[in-house]
Amino acid sequence: MTRVDGFGRVDRRAPVAFTFDGAPLTGFRGDTLASALLAGGVDVVGTSIHRGRPRGISAAGAEEPNGLVQVELGGGSEPMLRATEVELFDGLVARGLPGRGALDPTPDLARYDRVYAHCDVLVIGGGPAGLAAAYAASATGARVILAESAPELWPRAQGERGPVRHAAERLAIAAETRVLLRTTAIGAYDAGYVVLAERRTDHHAGEPPPGVSRERLWHVRARRIVLATGAHERPVAFAGNDLPGVMLAGSAREYLDRFGVLVGSRAVVLTAGDSGHDAAAVLAAAGLEIATVADARAGDVVCAADGERRVTAAIVRDAAGAERALPCDLLLLSGGWSPVVHLLSQAQGTVLWDAGAGGFVPDVLPEGWHLAGAVTGVYDHDACLAQGAAAGAEAAAAGSPNGAAAARPAEPATMLWAVPPPAGRDWDEAYVDQQRDATVADVRRAAAAGLRSPEHVKRFTTIGTANDQGRTSGVLTLGVMAELLETPIAALGPTTFRPPFAPVSFALLAGPDRGALSDPVRTTTIHPWHVAHGAVFEDVGQWKRPWFYPRKGEDLDAAVLRECAAARESVAMMDASTLGKIDVQGPDAITFLNRLYTGDFSTLKPGRCRYGLLCTADGMVFDDGVTMRLSEDRFLVTTTTGNAAKVLDWFEEWLQTEWPELRVHCTSVTEQWATVAIAGPRSRDVVGALAPGLDVSREGFGFMHIREATVAGLPARVCRVSFSGELAYEVNVPAWHGLALWEAVWDAGQPYGITPYGTETMHVLRAEKGYVIVGQDTDGTVTPQDLGLGWMVAQDKGDFVGRRSHARADSRRPGRKQLVGLLPTERLPEGAQLVLDAGAAVPVPMAGFVTSSYDSAALGRPFALALLEDGRALEGTTVHVPLEDRTPTAEVVGTVLVDPEGTRRDG
Amino acid sequence: MLLIPCPYCGERDETEFRYGGQAHVPYPSDPAALSDAEWGTYLFVRDNPKGPFAERWVHSAGCRRWFNVRRDTATHRVLGSYRIGAPAP
Repeated sequence: MTRVDGFGRVDRRAPVAFTFDGAPLTGFRGDTLASALLAGGVDVVGTSIHRGRPRGISAAGAEEPNGLVQVELGGGSEPMLRATEVELFDGLVARGLPGRGALDPTPDLARYDRVYAHCDVLVIGGGPAGLAAAYAASATGARVILAESAPELWPRAQGERGPVRHAAERLAIAAETRVLLRTTAIGAYDAGYVVLAERRTDHHAGEPPPGVSRERLWHVRARRIVLATGAHERPVAFAGNDLPGVMLAGSAREYLDRFGVLVGSRAVVLTAGDSGHDAAAVLAAAGLEIATVADARAGDVVCAADGERRVTAAIVRDAAGAERALPCDLLLLSGGWSPVVHLLSQAQGTVLWDAGAGGFVPDVLPEGWHLAGAVTGVYDHDACLAQGAAAGAEAAAAGSPNGAAAARPAEPATMLWAVPPPAGRDWDEAYVDQQRDATVADVRRAAAAGLRSPEHVKRFTTIGTANDQGRTSGVLTLGVMAELLETPIAALGPTTFRPPFAPVSFALLAGPDRGALSDPVRTTTIHPWHVAHGAVFEDVGQWKRPWFYPRKGEDLDAAVLRECAAARESVAMMDASTLGKIDVQGPDAITFLNRLYTGDFSTLKPGRCRYGLLCTADGMVFDDGVTMRLSEDRFLVTTTTGNAAKVLDWFEEWLQTEWPELRVHCTSVTEQWATVAIAGPRSRDVVGALAPGLDVSREGFGFMHIREATVAGLPARVCRVSFSGELAYEVNVPAWHGLALWEAVWDAGQPYGITPYGTETMHVLRAEKGYVIVGQDTDGTVTPQDLGLGWMVAQDKGDFVGRRSHARADSRRPGRKQLVGLLPTERLPEGAQLVLDAGAAVPVPMAGFVTSSYDSAALGRPFALALLEDGRALEGTTVHVPLEDRTPTAEVVGTVLVDPEGTRRDG
Repeated sequence: MLLIPCPYCGERDETEFRYGGQAHVPYPSDPAALSDAEWGTYLFVRDNPKGPFAERWVHSAGCRRWFNVRRDTATHRVLGSYRIGAPAP
């Protein structure tokens, strides 16, 4: 293997030192790892995945099935890269892989970003046709993006001039034109949407420049797309065709043109068309000895390759069947060309078999797509240029695509798929998919098993499922199948192409949305106090809510018992700011709310509030909350914390799509208010001390009343609502006063030992009273009646969403699960199943399940809420709770376990 | 990814929208007058054609308005959009 003077565009004055499998080697600036390895005489790059066969470089681009390497990068390493796509840099360290690599477990600290871009014309592929298209489109003033996977545009041969070079140079400086190198189109979707992956730093030595992302994902929306992705050369299946030294003919030529590397000294060429002859002529001019060109059109083939770690001879068989061994160190293959139609197929374009081109070519184009170059099955350089120029101009003018098929040969091409092995050799040595170690023998086995569909054969043999996605093996497999089944290949059709076109890292897809940026975090204005006082937080939707406030040495259970006791015996406070709040106003607000809520708000007076239930049209409970009537035509609706956005969406959907005549406006005000709940027998003392102007007496401020007042010097709205059954107040102030209010309540409550409590204590306190939490005690299959809340469903106000469903037979049948309380012998896990007869035959019928379960300070024992079939009728009976290693029992009771008379509510 | 023409904002990426199912399925004027089967049909039964389909979308990350789109379910081609209340073209 030698560098040949006068060839290649690598910079011979800039040697680049690198290490492969521990050995120091040298290449030149402009090399790929593959070209430098070939120039350095490295035949074997890795071994094959199942059989451990030695494998070398067999192609020059993305179609390479072998040549898999792991490359060290700053702070980690990247597996499963193709040596043909790794740009050489000084100090590069790589090693060959045995068909598979290992992900580096160290955290990837590199940056990945994304860009959204729009253009008139997106040209995919920077070869001659793509360049001509981009140039023509750009010349009209259209906004153009040109994406090319390689680090440079065509031409890549030294000294080549002419119109293509001119186009490349002009494009680099053209206005409204963006040339993206090292950028691969990985997915094509509807309406001109294409996703590109740009590699930005991996070709640099050392640390990437600060602030530069390693890779960038481009989301491009293009009015028009010119597909100029070219074609991949196909190998031929024969015994020993996976040996190092067996290479695609066009790739050998590319190593000479781009890198000045002659990849062998004596070659046998096997070709099904003119391409093999063309490559042989160019390579011979650079000094390669051509032993013979076996042309399948004349009946000459190569039927086997000899060698251990590199090919040493080719067995050539002539049309008469005579075989002879020709010594060689290079075996060049040209089995025809496969247009790269993957992206077109992803975007729902269709392909058909073209006998003249000898490949699957585009048939029906997606809307707005144009084609240029070898992807159409046209392989003549000048024809590709003309096609590109025409396609670019048409795309820029938003014209219709011309007949791209015009220039394809009319005469059917000679097809060469698999060559029968000579005596002593076997089909099992004739590789179809080298990355999967799959051979013609595997395809024959699939056919013998009765498989006829290429999709089935793909799954049976795994051909085409490796990370090269069958670029060199897909059509070859179809050809082998067509011969075996004696079916025209056109009838088999290609397997479906799906994104991504090339391997893409999850890190790139995630982009900046990692860690703290993966989802917004919402905190209340009181949050800093919770942090300062050691709260443990839980996530409720996107909110961080205090879960409990442990004192030194306390765990969750101990803290919650203490917090609960404070609320029941003295006074406790909670940050309730996260509750969803929707301002509903307008002359028809009352009509609107009455059509959605199960209750009747027309009897709710201004200055009062009421608990309400929302059902979906199927009658199931969807959300709940307290609604305040602020004036005749203005309401403030509260929702559960996690459902706030859903409820507002629900309101808007009905208003806009069903009742546009209603004069109502809905606005989210969740973040405009801060809310402090003060609960417990001493809460009246605390609120009274903070609001001297407010009559907080039992008679002066009744349950479910609202007062506008000055609390701690702040303008406030105070509500007498309780989610604990205790005397309680909720004080609402503009959000920016939240922390001031909280601190004032904290100070005023000190004489009573006021205790901050979190969501866990809130859950226990409400469960002791049988108050449900939507989403915990309900699951979308539970009606108000199932919850024992039938009294909240108005019978005489007319229709509301969900009402009709409450009358369905299924909603009224016996055996529905109903909410009950449980007094178990031990604290039960939430979700535990309930059975009526522990001795019943397996499978034991499941009668229900635990929805909420806690230890109660007030009861001095564990308790639970559960959904149980016909539960209310079972009160007083015992159910069984089969757990992993024991079966405790529980007494079925009503849902209200603390203060069932409700005497504590008004203090 | 679809390019959806919001009648209020113009063409936007599909990710700005939320899907709302088949259009022109009005809430019955008197649900109580329907049989269980008729009510069940309203609740649960929708067309699923291969081809042009009128469907509801809401521009949830934009103007938050509901509108109708005609889309070919086989090709994903968007055939047009119109405001709620406007007759289906």
